[in-house]
Amino acid sequence: MTVPKYWRKIDAHYRLEGIRCKSCGKISYPPRSSCPYCHSKDVEVVKLPERGKVVSFSLLRSPPKGFEGYVPYYVAVIELENGVRVFGMLTDVFSPDGVKEGTPVEAVFRKISEDGDEGLIHYGVKFRPIG
Amino acid sequence: MKPKNGVSVYGWGSYVPPYRLTVAEVSRVWGRDPKQYEDELNVKEKAVAGPDEDSATMAVEAAKNALARASVQPSEVGAVYVGSESPPYAVKPTATTVAEALGIGPLSLAADLEFACKAGTEGLQAAIGLVGSGMVKYGLAIGSDTAQGGPGDHLEYTAASGATALVIGPSSPDAAASLEGSVSFVSDTPDFWRRYGAKYPSHGEGFTGEPAYFKHVEGATRALLEELGLKPSDFDYVVFHQPNGRYPLTAARDLGFSPSALKVGLLSPLIGNTYAAASITGFSAVLDVAKPGQRVLLTSFGSGAGSDSFSFVVTDGIEARRPKAKFVMDYVKKRVEIDYALYLKYRGGITLGGGAK
Amino acid sequence: MSAGENPVVLGTGLTKIGRRWEDSLSDLFAEAARQAVEEAGINPQALFLGNMSAGVLDSQEHLALSVEDGASVFPLVPAFKVESACSSGGSALVAGYMAVKSGVYDAVLVAGVEKLSEEPSDAVTSALAMAADSDFEAYYGASFTSLNALLMRSYMRDYDVPRSWLSEIAVLMHKNALDNPYAQLRKAIKVEDVENSRLIADPIRLLDCAPTGDGAAALLLAKPELAKGVDPLVELSGVGVGVDTIAVNGRSSLSDVPATARAAKAAFSAAGVDPKDLDVLEVHDAFTIMAALAVEDIGVVPKGQGAKFFHEGSAERDGELAVNPEGGLKARGHPVGATGVYGAVEVVRQLQGKSGKMQVPNAEVGAFHNLGGSGSHAVVGVFKRRK
Repeated sequence: MTVPKYWRKIDAHYRLEGIRCKSCGKISYPPRSSCPYCHSKDVEVVKLPERGKVVSFSLLRSPPKGFEGYVPYYVAVIELENGVRVFGMLTDVFSPDGVKEGTPVEAVFRKISEDGDEGLIHYGVKFRPIG
Repeated sequence: MKPKNGVSVYGWGSYVPPYRLTVAEVSRVWGRDPKQYEDELNVKEKAVAGPDEDSATMAVEAAKNALARASVQPSEVGAVYVGSESPPYAVKPTATTVAEALGIGPLSLAADLEFACKAGTEGLQAAIGLVGSGMVKYGLAIGSDTAQGGPGDHLEYTAASGATALVIGPSSPDAAASLEGSVSFVSDTPDFWRRYGAKYPSHGEGFTGEPAYFKHVEGATRALLEELGLKPSDFDYVVFHQPNGRYPLTAARDLGFSPSALKVGLLSPLIGNTYAAASITGFSAVLDVAKPGQRVLLTSFGSGAGSDSFSFVVTDGIEARRPKAKFVMDYVKKRVEIDYALYLKYRGGITLGGGAK
Repeated sequence: MSAGENPVVLGTGLTKIGRRWEDSLSDLFAEAARQAVEEAGINPQALFLGNMSAGVLDSQEHLALSVEDGASVFPLVPAFKVESACSSGGSALVAGYMAVKSGVYDAVLVAGVEKLSEEPSDAVTSALAMAADSDFEAYYGASFTSLNALLMRSYMRDYDVPRSWLSEIAVLMHKNALDNPYAQLRKAIKVEDVENSRLIADPIRLLDCAPTGDGAAALLLAKPELAKGVDPLVELSGVGVGVDTIAVNGRSSLSDVPATARAAKAAFSAAGVDPKDLDVLEVHDAFTIMAALAVEDIGVVPKGQGAKFFHEGSAERDGELAVNPEGGLKARGHPVGATGVYGAVEVVRQLQGKSGKMQVPNAEVGAFHNLGGSGSHAVVGVFKRRK
């Protein structure tokens, strides 16, 4: 990942931001310069709720490059408290039952990946089961 | 020292990772008698950051807890200091990553500080000065470390991970605690150091005691008491830097503080030495329970060497602020025991190939 | 798409799929292209080539020109690489269809080529994950398989589908491929083999997944006037493309693929057929779940009945509607950018009666389905045997 490609998305990754369309009122993620529902350009950045629940999930054992250290790890679609869905990685899953559909989760700021030993560290939000 | 305008602590918050490596497990690997170390150090186990954590990520969670209690908008914070001896980068400030994650800036001071285990309280002193001078409205001081000791070295038993953040603002009874005064006490005492490129620190073993820890902790504390005209019995809680569970007890005895005043703020026996977070995490645990009117002493120690000593009086606003975030003990109680191999994997002792971490 | 007559197929070509160490992208393309061009007896006027990963895995962009030059099977012609992740082949066919039907070209070669066997598996996993959103899915550690696993989990829960019914799809694919000389995997398996195979991204196991391999397929499409005495003559009667959001969190449902439904509706409408008119169907079974979803979304069965369709034997060669009689992506193989063209060629050969032991008797109308991403870009094409 090039430096600018990472840097452009820092706000969305660090603070879990989406956009709210001032024209149709819908909130969406990830942030775009136009509304994916009505295609208006009149959008503003909004912070999304940090709590939600798991909609579907998968425990991943064959990782893409750079994620070997986390295996096995969960990826999931999370529905946040305002109904907006995001895709993300889960972390700190300690229950022996693991994760289920409906497990409540909260967003936490974590390391996502690194560009080798000398490159940038990529940060972002992961989701941790509550409690 | 007192700033021209009074300052208060508005918010406090901590983060301790859930993984625990016991002294017994480290002893097993290195062929030591676990009882020897447990007793000598008065430490049972240490907190270890997970593979997706570092001093930046822990600082952010601690700071979110502190900001929730402070009830302050990120745009009102004018300074962010992150004190650590284990920052993710040798060159690239953790403080700007933390500021962005919290929504602070761009009009803000931000810097990383290093002074071993007192880098967190150095940041606290700086925030006090900036707020007290009226230069900024609120300052955020964080101590955060993912400390490590060399394999088999006695520091490996205690070097731990954790973070605490404090939000400082103009003095007010609505805040959590007001500052009565502080002292800083430093000298070039080489008790513990790490040269560039060295993976693990070196230390002077016994030298880290009398000439280092005790001289500075006791020197700073005595100077503070004298300046403020206070005596040990004036304090309800005392928190010292806690590299193990023994030194603070000895310092308390030397200085005349009762051991019961130390109890709440002494966390090393359960989570090890969280370095730049250590003394302020003890302080955070005290604020989790202290009542208005109670007086708290906080004296840190950082190798190389120096101590910052503070006296705070808890104010009425603390009760309303307290429930707005997790307590230190909530994190301490969430415990997932790992073995030495997982500890090495999580903390980079085993290198994976091709950019994998 | 109504201007001009529908294009017809004058030649097809396939290569065996596998680890083709000795063959470059150009070599594989040459093998498939030569079969198609020699059968057609004419050279194409343009090349539309599907490929997804040559830039990343072979350091070769400008691919269509590069392989036609490297192969030199026909004089150099305008060459267009078409990419839409795993539906690149299908998209190349759409481009070829538009080129001939509009009258811009008289005869074009539609092809697909991919090599996935030469880099370590984590590099291939990363390359295939480029079908997903790089900033918001791959960034957070998504592998392509894990995204499909989210759909498998949702589907099984929403429709109360037993795991074994999905395993049975893989078993059928392997059985069918035993008769396919081009197939990558020609070994029978049992349900227990699927369910004991290595977990890739729960609940997807190794034997739920199409293998990665190298291959090329080609099809020469031309205006009907160029078909002199070709019998049986197969026509590309309609194509449809359906789309949805790139990232899985933007979809309206995690247990169906609306993009496929949209593509099928458009293709059937253009071709003037219904799903019940089909004699053979090639679906995009990159994962067993995708086969179940495809037969539902294409409209062969109602929602939730897809896995049951296979379970009841209706998808067998002699069943109600033969699905993937050549072994599908699961056993025939999935050289990503070429896959859509393999599916199209397989339908054409069925309608020509050239499928040997895999033949579905009296096949006159067939369709292929090709899906890009975890449900983002679907292509459906309908072929008919001209009377």
